[in-house]
This record gives sequence, C-alpha cells and structure tokens, in this order.
Amino acid sequence: MKTAGIRQARLEISITAVLAGVYLLFIIGNPKVFTRFDIYYSFMSTIPFFGIMALAMTLVVTLGEMDLSFPSVLALSTLIFGKIFIATGNLWLAMVVCFMVGIAAGAINAFLIVRVGIPSLVATIGTMFFFRGMVNVIAQGKGIPLVKAKGTFLYSICVGRIGGVIPAQAIWMLVLGLAFWLLLNRHKFGSHILFVGDNKESSRMMGINVERVKTIVFMQMGFFAAFAGILSTFEVTYFWPSQGQGYLLTTLAAVFIGGTSVFGGMGTIFGTFVGAIIIGSLEAGIIAIGLTGFWIQLIYGLIIMVSVSIYAMLLKKRG
Amino acid sequence: MADHSPSVPLLSMQNIHKSFGEVDVLQAIDFNVTDNEIIALVGDNGAGKSTLIKIITGVHPPTSGDIFFKGQKITKHSVSRSRSLGIETVYQERALADQQTLWRNVFAGRELTRKFGFLKVKEQRAETQNLIRKHMGFTSKAINTESMVLSLSGGEKQGVAIGRALYFEADLIILDEPTMGLSLSETKKVLDFVQNIKDQGKSAIFISHNIYYVYPVADRFVILDRGRIAGEFCKKDISQDELVEKMVRLARTGSLN
Repeated sequence: MKTAGIRQARLEISITAVLAGVYLLFIIGNPKVFTRFDIYYSFMSTIPFFGIMALAMTLVVTLGEMDLSFPSVLALSTLIFGKIFIATGNLWLAMVVCFMVGIAAGAINAFLIVRVGIPSLVATIGTMFFFRGMVNVIAQGKGIPLVKAKGTFLYSICVGRIGGVIPAQAIWMLVLGLAFWLLLNRHKFGSHILFVGDNKESSRMMGINVERVKTIVFMQMGFFAAFAGILSTFEVTYFWPSQGQGYLLTTLAAVFIGGTSVFGGMGTIFGTFVGAIIIGSLEAGIIAIGLTGFWIQLIYGLIIMVSVSIYAMLLKKRG
Repeated sequence: MADHSPSVPLLSMQNIHKSFGEVDVLQAIDFNVTDNEIIALVGDNGAGKSTLIKIITGVHPPTSGDIFFKGQKITKHSVSRSRSLGIETVYQERALADQQTLWRNVFAGRELTRKFGFLKVKEQRAETQNLIRKHMGFTSKAINTESMVLSLSGGEKQGVAIGRALYFEADLIILDEPTMGLSLSETKKVLDFVQNIKDQGKSAIFISHNIYYVYPVADRFVILDRGRIAGEFCKKDISQDELVEKMVRLARTGSLN
C-alpha cells in the first residue's frame, strides 16, 4: 500500500540525498572554498534568477504542460522595462508595465494552447522565437544601461544586500518557495492544478474549469519570468538582448531533477527548490574541485540522468 | 426535500436535441423523473445514454430543448450549476484522478476552504475518513484518506465515486454504468446502494445495458435506441423476461414489437 504522501516524501528525500552527496563531494574536493561563506554568497545571488522561474515552471509541469518561451518572455518584458525607465525615469511604472508584458505573453501562450488547441511544447517553441524576435527587432542588437536604477528603493528590495551580506533575491526565492508550496499543497487552486494535470476529463466532470486553470498557470509563468528578468537585469544593471537565454535548460533541469513528473498530476516545490540549488552550484563546484570547465556539461548530464532514474524506479514500484 | 409542488416532476426534459458537429446523438428526447423514483435507462452502446446524462449534469449543453428541475427551468448549463440544484453523478469513467489522494478526490471541484481559498485539509481528511468507513463500507485498513486512487480495485474506485455522490446529499443521483467491470459481490454492493437511495426518498437514474442488474431495483424502464426513446415501461406492466425479449428484438429489427 502506497500513499501519495509516502511517494512524495521518497522523492524529496532522494533529491535531498543528491544535494548532500554533491556538497559532500565539493567539501572534500575543496574544503577551503566550500567551508567559507563567499561561495554561498555567490550562489545566493545567482541561483534565484532561474530558481524563481523553476518554481513557477513546477506548476506548468504539474499541469502536464511545458513552456519553452519563458527566457524570451523574460527578455521581452525586461526590454520594455528598460525602455520605459530610460524614457520616463519612473522605475515603478516600468515595473508595472514589465509585469503586464509578462502576463500578456503568458496569456498569448495560453490562448494558443487552450483556445487554438496547439500542444504546449509546440506552441511555446513558436512563441519562444517570436518573443525573442520582437526583442531583436526592437532592441536592434543594442543593450540598455540601467546604472541609474542603482541605489533606488526598488533596486534595494529586489537585489540589495541585506545587512551587507545576504542578497535580497535569495530572500525572494525563499519566500516565493514557501508561497508556491502553500499554493500547490494547501490551496484550492493547487488542488485544481493537480487534478487537471492528473486527469483532464475527470476534472471537467467534477466541474473544474480546465481552461481557466491552464490560462492562469501560463500567465503566472509569464509574470515570474518578468520578475526574474527585473532581478537579473538589476543585478548587472544592464539589459542585453540575449538576456535569459542561458536559463532555459537550467530551469527545466531544476524542475525535473527535483522530481516533478513530466506526465503531470504530481509536483514538488521542495524538490524544485533543492534542484535549483544543485544545478546552480554545479558549475562553480566543478571548477572549485579542480576540474576544467569541459567537465561541467558532463556532470550536469550525469546528475540529471541519475536523479530521474531514481524517480522512475520509485514510481515503478507501486502497489 | 419536496421544495417543489408534488405534481411537478423532479426532472423534466422536453424535446431535447443534441448534435456534435454533423452527428445527431439525441433527437426529440422527452424524459421525466418523479420524486422517489428509480429509473433504469437502458440501451445498446452508442444509443446516447452517456450524452443524455452529460446534458443533465451540465457537462454538455443541449443543442435545443428545455430542461426543468423541480419545476425551475435550467438556463445556465454547467456542472457546478447542476450540482448546486441537487444533481449528483457517478460517471462511468468515475471521474477520479489516479495519483491524487482520496481526500482530494472526494472534494475535487468543491473543496472545503477557508479565507482566500486555502484548503481546510483537516476537515477534508476527517470527512473523507468518515465517508470511507460509513458509506463506502471499506473495512480494509489498507485504504485510508491518503491512499492514491491508482492503488484501489475497480469496486473500491466505484465505492469512492458513489460515496462522493452520497456525501453531497443530492435529490437526484445519476449512476452511469456503475456495475461495469465489477465482481458479483461488488455489483451487489452497488445495487444495495441504489436501493438505499430509494429508501431515503430520493431519485436516481441508473444506466446500464444489463437488464438483469437493473430490473430488481428500478421502478421504470426507459429504452434509448439510436438517439431516440424507443419505449417506456413501468415495472408492474412488464416482466424481466419480456423486457429482455423486447431489447433483443430492438437490437435485431430496430423495433420493440
């Protein structure tokens, strides 16, 4: 007899074990680096950019859907953010419009998926190119310097250093992690996401508005892509037209090594959170223990293969 | 429960048509259910039984025609609307989600919530626990509120679907092929449950293509054939064998007599 709770606990214990294993390796491999705060400071400043999107993506995957367009949504909304800030000098206005662009982009995805009926993987390949194309056309290859935003209140609450040591974005990821956990596990909407991801027809018969659930989930993905865009742009105080491109696979990898099922109906926010930490520490860790950068992808691949194999085996032993 | 005049039927469907694209699934259906009546809706596969049910429950709107429940015309067709009127359904597909716990399945689509839509998880678990022991009659310790649906047997799944319908205290309970794929003892349980609906003064529509199962519990038989009502019989007017004979003749010749 297996309950959903036990199954989820097993996944979460496994991913925690993978994290512990990876860190043990790092600490043994280079105790000097991994017993000092500096490396963790650096992780706390970089992981949240894709970690926050991975949290939002967990809902999309739990729904049994996929979104490949979020790096482009990030770039498009942040481009508009930069343009409006430069034109008006009003950071708050820029932020509000940036969020609106993110949500609108999510709504376009939802329209193609829910109304037109294109599978989400295919639809978001289209919008991924389309939104990135819009960025290229509007930006004409030029970046936007945002140094003027530095020191503003908004800047401080987004990427300031709390007490001079803790990057604010790490607090955002922590708070959002908690909020997403509550939403998925303790909220009516989370229950609907699980039910729709598990069985669309049953959901319809039980009176759940499947279309509405999907639309909201894709819109929140757009929103959090925009938010991650603001954070990452603030951090370097510069907008590049290629912004976000490196986040596609790290974000998806965080969700999947976290244990969320690609078939939908089952998702773990805790797993994604830990998965993001693993993915975000690998690069620096691999270099720190003395391997060259050529090893990075190989080890990424290895960790993904091992963790998803563990999950597949856990799921197979049912009954 | 009789918050409508006794002369008005509980459910009345008048001249219902339903087509999906070019295909006419239901044509000119007139169908009534009165208080405390068990109706057996019988017919071959593809006769339109499930579509008729999905119209009553609000999954599909009718293409044309009127539906009255307790004398009140239903203008807005949705699952939640039908439910709030007092129509519960046990679907053939059971409408369960395999990987979810029983406490999520029982309350799917109408969760018990506190402020801002947060779930009352404790209450949902307690009510589910109650339901499992009392109504579903599960004595096995292996089944609890945390069980995933995929770990249950077919009969147990049906028990969950029926228990769920019972929990929400409907006036009309619709059972779509509830005995399909069940063992004899599980089937007996389902039939007991239908009798239970009758004893509680409520009404039910029992869909089946097995006359032997529905005959003992039903008051009236409505035969559906290729989207039309081919005939209606009260139990006192027809024996089980005559009914079977008519069904066989209908399948062979397309006519009841």
